[in-house]
Amino acid sequence: MAAIAMPKPSQETLKKRSKIVADLQKIVRGEGVICDEIEMRPYETDALTAYRQLPLVVVLPETVDQVSQVLKYCYDNDVKVVPRGAGTSLSGGALPLEDGVLLSMMKFNRILEIDLENRAVVTQPGVTNLGITTAVQQDGFYYAPDPSSQIACSIGGNIAENSGGVHSLKYGLTTNNLLGLEIVLITGEVIRLGGKHLDSEAYDLMALLTGSEGLLAVVTEVTVRVLQKPETARAALIGFPTSEEAGKCVAEIIGAGIIPGGMELMDKLAIDAAEDFVHAGYPLDVDALMIVELDGPEAEVDDLLKRVSAIAEKNGSSYLRVSQSEEERNTFWAGRKAAFPAVGRISPDYLCMDGTIPRAALPQVLQEMQELSEKHGLRVANVFHAGDGNLHPLILYDANKPGELAAAEAFGADILRLCVKVGGVLTGEHGVGIEKRDLMPEMYSEDDLKQQQRVKCAFDEKQLLNPGKMFPVLHRCAELGFMHVHQGQLPFPDIPRF
Amino acid sequence: MGEGFHPTTADELEAVVKWASAERTPLEVIGSGSKCNWGRAVQSAHTLRVDGISGVIDYEPAELVLTVKAGTPLTDVQTLLKEHNQELPFEPADLSAVLGGPNQAGTIGGVLATNLSGPRRLKAGAARDHVLGLEAVSGRGEIFKAGGRVVKNVTGYDLSRGFCSSWGTLAVATSFSIKVLPRAAKECTFVLLGLTPQEASSAMSEAMGSSAEVSSAAHLPKGFCPLSQEHSITLLRLEGIPVSIDYRLNKLRSILKRFPSQELIEGQASRKTWGDLRDLIPFAGSDKPLWKLSVSPTAGQQMIAELEKRFAIRWMMDWAGGLVWVEMQGEEPHDVPLRRLIAENGGGHATLLRASAELRTSVDVFQPLPETLMGLSKRLKAQFDPHNILNPGRMYAGI
Ligand SMILES: Cc1cc2nc3c(=O)[nH]c(=O)nc-3n(C[C@H](O)[C@H](O)[C@H](O)COP(=O)(O)OP(=O)(O)OC[C@H]3O[C@@H](n4cnc5c(N)ncnc54)[C@H](O)[C@@H]3O)c2cc1C
Ligand SMILES: Cc1cc2nc3c(=O)[nH]c(=O)nc-3n(C[C@H](O)[C@H](O)[C@H](O)COP(=O)(O)OP(=O)(O)OC[C@H]3O[C@@H](n4cnc5c(N)ncnc54)[C@H](O)[C@@H]3O)c2cc1C
Repeated sequence: MAAIAMPKPSQETLKKRSKIVADLQKIVRGEGVICDEIEMRPYETDALTAYRQLPLVVVLPETVDQVSQVLKYCYDNDVKVVPRGAGTSLSGGALPLEDGVLLSMMKFNRILEIDLENRAVVTQPGVTNLGITTAVQQDGFYYAPDPSSQIACSIGGNIAENSGGVHSLKYGLTTNNLLGLEIVLITGEVIRLGGKHLDSEAYDLMALLTGSEGLLAVVTEVTVRVLQKPETARAALIGFPTSEEAGKCVAEIIGAGIIPGGMELMDKLAIDAAEDFVHAGYPLDVDALMIVELDGPEAEVDDLLKRVSAIAEKNGSSYLRVSQSEEERNTFWAGRKAAFPAVGRISPDYLCMDGTIPRAALPQVLQEMQELSEKHGLRVANVFHAGDGNLHPLILYDANKPGELAAAEAFGADILRLCVKVGGVLTGEHGVGIEKRDLMPEMYSEDDLKQQQRVKCAFDEKQLLNPGKMFPVLHRCAELGFMHVHQGQLPFPDIPRF
Repeated sequence: MGEGFHPTTADELEAVVKWASAERTPLEVIGSGSKCNWGRAVQSAHTLRVDGISGVIDYEPAELVLTVKAGTPLTDVQTLLKEHNQELPFEPADLSAVLGGPNQAGTIGGVLATNLSGPRRLKAGAARDHVLGLEAVSGRGEIFKAGGRVVKNVTGYDLSRGFCSSWGTLAVATSFSIKVLPRAAKECTFVLLGLTPQEASSAMSEAMGSSAEVSSAAHLPKGFCPLSQEHSITLLRLEGIPVSIDYRLNKLRSILKRFPSQELIEGQASRKTWGDLRDLIPFAGSDKPLWKLSVSPTAGQQMIAELEKRFAIRWMMDWAGGLVWVEMQGEEPHDVPLRRLIAENGGGHATLLRASAELRTSVDVFQPLPETLMGLSKRLKAQFDPHNILNPGRMYAGI
């Protein structure tokens, strides 16, 4: 197993384990408290499987009141808490702590209200992302953000990670489709934010909570916006002799004022792996393959497809096929959607990276990534949400070969540094978690990070919720509150006045 | 008389805030000061004007991202974007007609600090949805940055969006990266005449729930403004490429055929109609109290029905009913009954936009918060501005 420094376990908590378990059993009765080692095993990791840790105890509450009581208990007794949804995080966000309660929200699995007149769905956080679409699709609606993990991941986890998907280019991320939240603070206080109205009152706390990786509060209810499904969706499969041409084509489509429903790219290694796995009919003589989906009224889709094809041709495309049926469109996507597992078949292990870059930097980044691949002696397959510059380089390695995991991690870190260097960011949708935690200073100064941590202090002063994630250095809140006192004289006579 | 600081760089601004923080002396933060009549009155010794920190830092049209200093005039931003056939999709309002003051005076920082969004907010999202990155000076007098220049970014807490609707009480922004979009090739407005508010509400709801991709939906009662002199009017805006608009227009005609009195406003006239609604022109030339009610869309017409039973009001609905503007004809404070009605109709909030200074000091301008939420909001304020020097009391007592 790989190693990353986590907060030192509290010996006191570890010693009190059986009392803590007994106390929690009084709050959540029956099978809602799991303390047997074998039964806790499934919770020891999320989708970043290189890291594993058994929790102190697993608790599966069923009511908001239980969540509130569990958190208050932990607050009163200084016990750490790690919230967990479906455990599909790719950044280790749900990795347990040895001295922490693992709070699974998966029993919160009911949709509470479907209000199509207001285009809103109120749901518990353990409902899967796809579950929301499934609940409204007979009426022609859907929930737009569509992570590839949508059959498994929970909407609560989506809030915590601000997840996105193929359709986020046109329809936004979780944060843009969220109307209301109910949260429970570590103190046990229950707070409601927003509702079915469009803008929430006072400070935009929903903005802070979305993407907060379970560090600020536990989400117990979610209200999302649902949209009417577009009447037509057609996809074009476009091949290019080089990634550079594909990258230019992406920029030119957007530059022409076209915002496709989705625009994805795969490189040679990913194309071959996907084709081998699902037989989507991808061309094998191209170096880069783009899937562009246009959606809306049929006439609009046809018109835009023509324009996209022309732009592709101008940029040297060597292959073009437009889907003629819903079945064919789904086949185009099948390869892309299975790209991760497909790559999993050609390599014993892989590490999925997630940086975002300005679109214009795509050719440069691909070039430099190739050089890094040679330097680290590891192969990399690339699939990306090209429309919004979100890269998913998959680094292939074999964990059984000594040193390969470390090499893969070093390669990954280099890729993320490269993203930051060209004006991008460390993570577009998978979150910081533990995986990118120690790279945060690549992007942010100490003051930037301290101001972020002060937000945490407003929500969770004792830092009991998911500590050890997101921030490389844990500062105590008292320390973060410290201020240098300056001399009171106006030391800047030159500053203009009016 | 306090000082009026007018820094021209982020460093100068940082120095002013650092000093004020050490002195524990409050600053009133203003963009250009166009909205001094909005929000609670601030008690402060000094004024900090941000519009000296102005100019475009980076604009790459093909990236759909604009990085701009916070004090840049909104009109400059809009002119630049228009040159490249792009725009701010959330179409912020020019509220000078209802608030007084010079027109066209707002800054981009003022727009984002107040999360000001116009009719297209319904489809395109609010100002906050378009903010990607922020550089700001906290009330501690420290420069910090958050977010970045790319749309997809979950690296750390989303302080950039968190800044929006903080009214200058957490930090003073010095620059932003903002997502922009191409302007639509064409727009038109489908009009239904003579609907009751209930009918309008269901028509808007049906239109929004269809695949017609309506980008704005409003309802104005009869006699409210020149456009609705003879009949109430219900307006549904369509934007996009011509073939698509034609198709969607037909779609609307057919799903709403039970309302036979239909009309069409095209091109420039359509743009002007939405521009006037955005800027609240029908409420201009009056100083009566004007309230902004944010409710679930179907509750808009219920609110109006209940309010009309009790008070003399002038009103209009935007955001398919989710935004109700209500001008109270009486002078007594209406905050309590308004907010009670909202609570009884599915929740939301009420903000007093325009009122005499007297009324603004005697009522809660912003929606009062439950104790737990107020506690959290105060703790957040304290983490950014521990000595309460940035716009003290602008939003709430202590915030
Ligand atoms: C094959 C695969 C493909 C993927 N594709 C995508 C993709 O396309 N786009 C994308 O964005 N992501 C993708 N992911 C990542 C992952 O699915 C998302 O991050 C997802 O949102 C995690 O949800 P979860 O329910 O599994 O959360 P978990 O993994 O259980 O937890 C994730 C984080 O959320 C917190 N959390 C969970 N529930 C709550 C709650 N109720 N309250 C507070 N905090 C909570 C946890 O503490 C943790 O920090 C993919 C993952 C896999 C394995
Ligand atoms: C073309 C056009 C013209 C406009 N003209 C006007 C007009 O003349 N009058 C009008 O009222 N509105 C006008 N508006 C709307 C105006 O842009 C918004 O009302 C805006 O919020 C006002 O900006 P301001 O800079 O004047 O803000 P102010 O009124 O100065 O401030 C509004 C709030 O934002 C805070 N704030 C401002 N800048 C910052 C910053 N950098 N960091 C932190 N907080 C900040 C202030 O403290 C205050 O709480 C116009 C809009 C358009 C589209």
